[in-house]
Amino acid sequence: MRVSFNVNGEDVTADDVWPGESLLYVLRERLGLPGSKNACEQGECGSCTVYFDGVTACSCMIAAGQAQGRTVRTVEGLAEGTGKGTERALGTVQEAFVEAGAVQCGFCTPGLLVQTDDLLERTVGAGMPAPGDAEIREALAGNLCRCTGYEKIIDAVHLAAERRAEAGSGA
Amino acid sequence: MEFLSPSTLEEALEAKSAHPDAVPIMGGTDVMVELNFDKRRPPALIDLARIPELAEYGPDGDRTRLGAGVPYTKVIEHLSGTAPALAKASRSVASPQIRNRGTVGGNLGGASPAGDAHPSLLATDAAVELASVRGRRRVPVREFFLSLRKTARRDDELITAVLLPEPSGPQQFAKIGTRNAMVIAVTSFALALDGERRSVGTGLGSAGPTPLRAEAAEEFLAQEFDWENGRSPSEATVRRFGELVAAAARPIDDQRGSAEYRKHALSVMARRALSWSVTDYRKGVTRCA
Repeated sequence: MRVSFNVNGEDVTADDVWPGESLLYVLRERLGLPGSKNACEQGECGSCTVYFDGVTACSCMIAAGQAQGRTVRTVEGLAEGTGKGTERALGTVQEAFVEAGAVQCGFCTPGLLVQTDDLLERTVGAGMPAPGDAEIREALAGNLCRCTGYEKIIDAVHLAAERRAEAGSGA
Repeated sequence: MEFLSPSTLEEALEAKSAHPDAVPIMGGTDVMVELNFDKRRPPALIDLARIPELAEYGPDGDRTRLGAGVPYTKVIEHLSGTAPALAKASRSVASPQIRNRGTVGGNLGGASPAGDAHPSLLATDAAVELASVRGRRRVPVREFFLSLRKTARRDDELITAVLLPEPSGPQQFAKIGTRNAMVIAVTSFALALDGERRSVGTGLGSAGPTPLRAEAAEEFLAQEFDWENGRSPSEATVRRFGELVAAAARPIDDQRGSAEYRKHALSVMARRALSWSVTDYRKGVTRCA
């Protein structure tokens, strides 16, 4: 089947899609967007997290056909500006993860970035206070880091929240 | 494999009637696991995500009608007052990403004995709305689960909604797992006190081949409880209630827990849920007085 949708602001079409394959597979193998990672394929690890019509979801649990006409934003779409890869500057959340050393093997990072971006959108981005440790842990409960680098990840979320709040108040 | 994408319920029901072995998909949190791991190759998928009616919720007479496609996140945000036990159970489902997609309708369709929504639906005497080209019918959740993963749903039917009675007393849900998130229940328990009818509802998850009720425990507590003033039941009554809940379980030993542990955990959860509920009930009695 043919599947067309919008990903990171661009209208895309994938052909010869098997109806049972996942959105994750379409993104990685048919559209050249390998940022979302394929790990557990059962919604347990969160490394394939994307925005699907504005709501975060595991892209391994969305059938390709369900994406028809929808809007998807992947970790690639968190970067600033336009273009591919290093043509774009890192976004606030991405920058904070690098600075805080919240990246070890990097496999869980894309999912954590998207889920963190969503948490910040719903909190500081909506004029609410920055999330505390408990709220951060709850929001990231579905994202597993097998390097167990959680402390630095939580530091990075605090840092990103501060930066986004500053950017918001300056605007 | 065909991918059917109806945009109205009528189209979906016609599709299900024409392809009774087609598998409905909504949030995909169960169906996609089976597809990803080659456990299932249905001849067709019916995507229900484009049918507006299934994503709606609101009053229906003296009940709340929860469309089968409403994700857990919305249940938590909007139904904490009208369906407290279900909202509590929804909070315990997996992770935010899964709660954004998974639905009560899908939970009922899969009919896993561990399904997080089931105990609260049993305890509160909710009903399942089933639809086919032949019409719609409502089946009490208490009559819906027949045997391991088998339900009263016929092959040509789709689950379209759940009918949630208005609460008339405290409702609780408790669940045992190795961590708070991403856990399939080792065992779980829901309790609903109905002050109007002076009746008690229970629901037990991961405690047998289907979600179960502890009817003897319900009758015992309905007799013993001080419905007038909400005085705390005696220690012996609380203990007996826990024992009767555990006695209703028919658990197995598996990788998540032993049968013996499950029974023990159920008696503990039952006692705790009772004590939380009595406290809440008393607050209600005081408020009304």
